[in-house]
Parts: sequence; structure tokens; C-alpha cells
Amino acid sequence: MKLFVSEGNPHCLKVLAALEVTGVQCGVQTVSHEEKVVPFLSRPALPALLLPSGQYLFSSNAICRYFFEANGQECNNLCNQWLEWETTVLQPALLQTLHMAVLQGKGSEASKVLQSPLNVLDQSLSKGNMSYLTGEAVSVADVVLWGTLHPVLSDSPSLRFLLAVFYHESVRTWFDRVAALHSCQSAAQKVLQGKGLQAMKSYVQKQPAPPSSQCRDAQPCNSSPAEEGERVVSEEEMEAAVNTWSKGLNSTSLAADKQHPILPQEGKRNVLVTSALPYVNNVPHLGNIIGCVLSADVFSRYGRLRGWNVLFVCGTDEYGTATENKAREEGLTPQQICDKYHAVHASIYKWFQIDFDFFGRTTTEKQTEIAQDIFWRLHQNEYLVEDTVEQLRCEKCQRFLADRFVEGMCPHCSYPEARGDQCDKCGRLINAVELREPQCKVCRQTPVIRSSKHLFLDLPKLESQLEQWLDKSTSSGDWTLNAKQITRSWIRDGLKPRCITRDLQWGTPVPHPDFREKVFYVWFDAPIGYLSITANYTKEWEKWWKNPHQVELYNFMAKDNVPFHSVVFPCSLLGAQDNYTLVNHLVATEYLNYEDTKFSKSRGVGVFGDMAKDTGIPSDVWRFYLLYVRPEGQDSAFSWADMALKNNSELLNNLGNFINRAGMFVTKFFEGCVPVMDLQREDKKLLALVGWELQQYIQLMDKVKIRDALKHILNISRHGNQYIQVNEPWKKIKEGDPERQRAGTVTGVSVNIACLLSVMLFPYMPAVSQTIRDQLNAPQSCIDTMLQGTGTFVCSLSAGHRIGTVSPLFQKLEADQIEALKKRFGGQQVFDVYNV
Amino acid sequence: MALRELASLEKYLGLKKPNKYSTQGDKKIPVLQNNSPPLVGLVTIACHLVKESNHQELLGDTADSRAVVQQWLEYRLTRLDIYTKEDIKTVLKDLNLYLQDKVFLAGNHVTLADILIYYGLHPIIVDLAVQEKEEYVNVTRWFDHIQHHPGIRHHLPPVVVLRNRIYTSRHR
Repeated sequence: MKLFVSEGNPHCLKVLAALEVTGVQCGVQTVSHEEKVVPFLSRPALPALLLPSGQYLFSSNAICRYFFEANGQECNNLCNQWLEWETTVLQPALLQTLHMAVLQGKGSEASKVLQSPLNVLDQSLSKGNMSYLTGEAVSVADVVLWGTLHPVLSDSPSLRFLLAVFYHESVRTWFDRVAALHSCQSAAQKVLQGKGLQAMKSYVQKQPAPPSSQCRDAQPCNSSPAEEGERVVSEEEMEAAVNTWSKGLNSTSLAADKQHPILPQEGKRNVLVTSALPYVNNVPHLGNIIGCVLSADVFSRYGRLRGWNVLFVCGTDEYGTATENKAREEGLTPQQICDKYHAVHASIYKWFQIDFDFFGRTTTEKQTEIAQDIFWRLHQNEYLVEDTVEQLRCEKCQRFLADRFVEGMCPHCSYPEARGDQCDKCGRLINAVELREPQCKVCRQTPVIRSSKHLFLDLPKLESQLEQWLDKSTSSGDWTLNAKQITRSWIRDGLKPRCITRDLQWGTPVPHPDFREKVFYVWFDAPIGYLSITANYTKEWEKWWKNPHQVELYNFMAKDNVPFHSVVFPCSLLGAQDNYTLVNHLVATEYLNYEDTKFSKSRGVGVFGDMAKDTGIPSDVWRFYLLYVRPEGQDSAFSWADMALKNNSELLNNLGNFINRAGMFVTKFFEGCVPVMDLQREDKKLLALVGWELQQYIQLMDKVKIRDALKHILNISRHGNQYIQVNEPWKKIKEGDPERQRAGTVTGVSVNIACLLSVMLFPYMPAVSQTIRDQLNAPQSCIDTMLQGTGTFVCSLSAGHRIGTVSPLFQKLEADQIEALKKRFGGQQVFDVYNV
Repeated sequence: MALRELASLEKYLGLKKPNKYSTQGDKKIPVLQNNSPPLVGLVTIACHLVKESNHQELLGDTADSRAVVQQWLEYRLTRLDIYTKEDIKTVLKDLNLYLQDKVFLAGNHVTLADILIYYGLHPIIVDLAVQEKEEYVNVTRWFDHIQHHPGIRHHLPPVVVLRNRIYTSRHR
């Protein structure tokens, strides 16, 4: 048996350490990097182990496993999990880091690559609370991970800058513990001979460039284009940035408080924003919140900063069978139920800082008035058809049964628990009357079939008008892709007349004498709620809703609501022929899952409504995380571990760290006053870089790419951290005058960037945004200036400006806190290392 | 993809009741939910299933062959799940040379290494032209052997491998 190693080869660290720790008898031979030891490999692979059987091992991890097994230490499941993660996540990240740091000299860029795996490792270690990765004894996992991380975590000065920005306490403790082992020390000595990164240069040079991770399963990787390497900045860009910077703040500022009622204004961009009306009976969960109100809120806040004239309305959708039933259950009237739950919704959204201009309800006189008006117009214009429908009626409960209240045997596959509209087993759509052996779900009696006259909206008759309008709207507006696709497929399937009446009591009454005792079907009625809610806000609601040439309408919703907003409701309005404002931009999200499953109130899985408040985690942090994982383009998942990770790495270590440091330097070194800034080339380059990120942010937010825009905020603070790190103002302040001047410039520029960040953050984290501005004592007009045009990064805090008291913005989310929360809200995930 | 492999593996191992799975992260790393605590990672889960079903021989009979099995399992993760066009040529070349004198990847019977490498190579072999299949004749031979091995090829379509060589090295 013989082990072949080469000098300065980081993979040899682990095998040499493993060999010594386990005490296995084996000869060691040092060869050159190019030596082809393993006969069947095209590229030389070292280290390599020649086994007694004559076989070769070319995987350093397999070699370590072999030694440990020879010593009686087999790998258990947890150990295997660590090794699999090391192989697929950590090693590639490390190799890329070495490549960037050693060959390209991009030290600080390199540290970015490792940030994520190290955060994950840190989380897991502090959560596990064991001395080593798999328990209280050293296992092959410890030696392998130590070997991989040694090149960047060991104490060589040339490496220290790599990870100065992010300090991982648990990783450091564990690492030092393993590194202290004699076997590790001697392995390090043999391979690197005290020369740190440079010792590995010749090895790294001979390796192929790290792959650009072409994942086979064609899943779009989570890193946005915003996270690519350093941009090259041109001379013109730098000049332009400095020009803008010196312009300073606008003297005119937007009104501090909104003047209600907000009405469209000539010469301004009038933007009407709605969020899908939440059903009053259901307590909203995180998925509902990000899909609708939170997304709309971010966009509305942004719009106001951009100087648009924005009206943001929403409210609770209160009619329907569910409320009727709940009322029966709780022994209250439907109106009382709605009053009770409307207040619950309102308070939840208030906690989330949703800044509605008006949050109303659908159970008002205005609703009846407007809905009946639209109804009569449709009737007059002959877009309604009458038909008789056969429905199941429960004589005992004295009512017609809604689809979900009937259960029976599927007529196609004989599944005994088919629901009234769809069979859960074979998935076919059915009509409740087709069910065999139907039963009323409430009282279990067999319902009878009764005929009932109903009115139908003649969608086929409106189809060509609809298509004409859709073509214009989808091509000129910012519809999300899923909204366009869902709409197209609905139309392709063929539009059929849709029933707009129901035999219920709790709803908007149908005014037609032949249809007394009936109410409007909720999907005809509810979207009219947008109009009636606005009518309850202002008498002049028609200036918004019958004004398509002056108003741009944005509808925010989750994808399941799309067909009603893109087909049914527009048809109602088109048929009514009253110059209604139709949706210009339909923004639909995909689904947010909870951990690896779905939210479920009945199973107690997921975070609902006011539970978020009870966690002690601030509203802004919740907003940040939900927006970070906003399901655009595909479903995403809420994960506690991931929320803690993003809070600790992005908010605390990145954003909070930068803003706090900038303010602290002003306080500590410049007596609380912004110092004189004498811009050098490097500073101008930074201004240009920041200006570019700001430009991207604005372009993305204009197109409602909320999640992508957020990344640019984080990029700016990353640039800021690097800028401080490289210039070391805390050192320069103690030196002679020219260095002190430099420290002053760096500090001044940093604190101005912090001010810009507070403005960009306002749509996402309003409270934090205000706190930053309070701490910096920033003038009110900065909020109006910086998002104008394509981005206007000006010097808002000039030399001599006195700032306020600076204190940390964010708190670390500890692993035990997260574990406890996870248990509380369901969902078990112990080895959570791939959620990055 | 990984979930289907694990389902096929369960069938091969004769596990009566299928386990519950989910995924983690963007790359959809498989998670075995039935276990306490849940297990994460394709290879980790596969090894666990093998041990659970009392088929330890699939992980290797001797210390040496066990190490070789682990090596090829790791190879599946690092060289077959993420690759570029150039990488694939290297992989096929190396495997071809390795399999020159071997019937199985490790030891002298089927192991988990053969199974997971087979699953991982399938999409590549499916796309190979007849010429290429003959160039990598040992890989093709091994592949054909494994895909016909009872119980392995559950969720994957068979790849046609010609027995008679059309292109002999003389005509290259």
C-alpha cells in the first residue's frame, strides 16, 4: 500500500492528517503534480492511494474513509451527509476561491464565494452543539472538512483579509479544535511548509478553471445576474457619477404626508394599485401575504418615491357560502362574522406595515349599487343569457348545496369520496348532479335534484372584444409571464358562458324580478369590490375607474386568481360599456410553500397571520425575507433556517454591518460630523459602481421585478464593505494628515452611501429605512431626490453635517431560537445545508 | 430525477413499502422523510437504503472494494451531475480505460456504484452515436450488462447497443 502526494496540493492535507490520526501503516511518496500515478485517468489526480489489492483510489475523501475504516471507525449517516455536502458544495466553492485568490488576485471577490457555505456550516455547528461534526469524537468528516478549509481559515496573514468581513464563531471554534490535533498540524507543515496561499500557486495553476456550474436538471440557479464579478467602469461613467454627486439635494420636496383623497392629476403618472381581496374568513398565511398585499405595498411605496401619483386600495372579500357556514357554526350573523374577521385582517396587515390608502370591505351599499349597475348594463346590452340549471338541494338543511358541500361516488372511476366539482382520485371535473349516491356533507342526507333558473355572462359573445383588448394590454403592459400563459390557455380551451348567480342569501342581491332570492356569484361580484371600495374612499371614484386614458391599473395576485382578473372581470366591464379602466399590468406570483410542504391551518403547519408577530422577529425582517424569496417565475419555499441565514448574512453582516460602521466612524473619529471628502480616482469608481447598481434597481422595480431589485441593494452595501475594508480608515485616522484626510473621505462617502441605501430600502423595510435616516439625521428631501430619473446618487450629507446617535440595526437570529420556532410551526429539517 | 432513482433503487432492493421523500434547496437535493432525523443527499440515502434492506454486499465485500465503491459514488456526484462537453469526453475515456479488464466497477459483482453510475450515465449514453458507442466499447459493454441486470433498469428506457462492430479501428 502506498500513498502518493504532491507539494502545495491542498487535497493532500486531509489524507496525510487522516493517515496520522488513524495510525495506519502506509508508505508515503512525494511526486510532482504532473505525475500520472493512476493509470486509467487522462488528467493526473493526486493524492492517490495504491491499495493492497492493486487497485487505485484517486478520491481524497475515499482515501480518508479507507484509513478510518481500517482503524475501526466507519462512517454513519450524519458523517455521510457531511461528506456528500463537502464534495458537492464546499469543495467546488473552495477551488473557485483558491483560483480567484491565488491566480486572479481577486481576494475580496473570492471571499464572496465562500460566504454561503461557511454560513451554512456555522449555523449547523452552533445548532448541533457537539465538539465535532458527528459527536464528541473526531470522525473522517472532521478531518476532511478541516483539510478542505485549512487553506482559507488558517492563520496566515495573506489569508486573513479573505474572511475579515464575515466572522463565523462556531466554525472558528470547531476549526481551531481540529487544527490543534497533532496530525493536522504535521500534515499542514508537510504540504504547505508555512508558506500559506503562495505554496499552492503552482498546484492551482495546473488545475483547469472551475466549471461554471452547468446544472444538468436545467433548474435556473438562484443567483441573480446582479451577483456577477466586478464591473469595469469607464471614464465617462466616473465623470457622470461625480457630476451627479455634486448636484446635491433637490430644494423642492414632496409633501410629507399624503393628502386624501388621492385623485388622478394632469401631467402626472397616475397609478392605481390593487391587491387581490383576501377572503375574510381565512386567516392569511405568509404565502397569501407575499403573493398579494406585500408585493403591492412594495410597489406602491416605490411608486410614491418615484413621484408617481399612487392610489393603493384593498379590502376583505366578505360574501359567499363559507361566511354563511361560519356564521352558523359560531352562532352569529354573517355580518358579525365579517366585522370580527375584517378587524383581524386589518390588524395583521398593519403589523406588516402595509400602507394601504384605504382598506375596505365588499359588504357595503356602494357594492350593491355598482354591481347592480353593471348587471343592468350587461342585461341591456344583451350580454346575459338565461338558463335552467339542475342543482342538488338538501331539503333538511333547506338550501341548495355548493359543490364543496356534496360528496358522492365518482361517475367515472367509482371513487367513493368524490367532491361535487372534481374527483380527487381520477381528477376529472364533474358536475355535482352526476355524482352517484350523493350526500350533503353537513347532515349526510341525500339531496334532491331541483331545477333553478340562472343568469350567465355570455363570454363567447364578448370574446373578440376581449381578445382585442388583451392583445393591446399584454403587449404594452408589464404582465408576468405566468399571467399571460394562464390567460392564453383559458381562452384556447374555449370560453363558455359563466353562471353569475347563485341560490344563496349572503351576497349582493340580483335586482332582476325573475331572479329574486338569488345573489351574485362571488367571482362576478368580488372584483367589483375594487370599485366599490374605492367608492367608499372617495365620491370621485369614477376618476380612477372610468378613466383608462389617464390611469394605469396594476393588479397584484397569486396565479390562481389570474383567469378571473384577465378574462371574466374584464368581460363584465367591457360588456357594461361604461369606459371602465381595465388592467394594464397583471402581476401574479407563484406559490410559496412552507419548508418542504404546504401551509395547512388544519394540520397546524406554517405561519399564519398574527403568529409572525409572536415570534419576536421584527416586521421588517419578515418583509425582507418574504420579498427575498418572492415566488416569481417558479414556486419557492419559506424556510426557517434560510430566514435565519439571510438575516445573519445579508442583514446583519452585510447591510447592517456597513451602515453601522460608516456611522460609527463619523461618531468616533470625526466628532459626529461628516468630514471633508476629497474624491480620488478610487472613490469616483465607487460612485460610478453604486450609481450603476441604483440604475439597475430602478429599471427592475419599474418592471415590478421586486426580488431582483433587492439584490442590487445588497450589492451596494457589499461594495461599501469592501471599500472600507480596503481603505482601513480606523488605522489611517491614527496616522499623519494625508492619511487622516483619506480616512475622512472614505468615511464621508460611506455614510452617504448609507443614506442612499436607506432610500432604496424604504419600499422593502420602511421602519429600518426611517431608523437609518434618523440615525444619520438625514434631510427629508433625500427621499425625494435619489430615485428620480434613472437614479440620482447625490451627496446628501455634506461636510459638516451633524449626524444623530448610531446603533446596530439588526440582531442575530440564533440557531436555538430558530429550532424552537421550527418545532412550533411544524416541519422537521435537521440537516439543512443545501438551502442556500 | 434523484427521486426517481431512489424509487427504482427501493424496488431493486425489494423494499416493500416505498419511503416518503421531499427535496431541499434549488438543486432539489433529495430528502428521506421517513427517517428520524430525515436524511439528506442522494448517495447518503442510497447507502442507507442498502443497509436497511440487508444488502450490504452492494457496498463492497472487502475493505478495498468498499473504498472503491465510495469513490465511484462520489464520482457520480462530482463528475456526472455537473459537466461540460469536454468533461464528458474525459469521463468516457477514463471509464473506458478503467473498465478494460473489469466486469463491474468494484469487486466481482454488482454494487451500488454500478447502479448509480448507470443511472447517471444513462442520459449521456442515450445521446451517443453508434461510432461513439464503439469508441468507448468497454463502457458500452458494461452499460449493456448493467441495464440488463434483473431489477435495475426500472424507470429508464433501454439503450440499444449493437453487438456487431460496424466501425473497426482500421477505418478510422
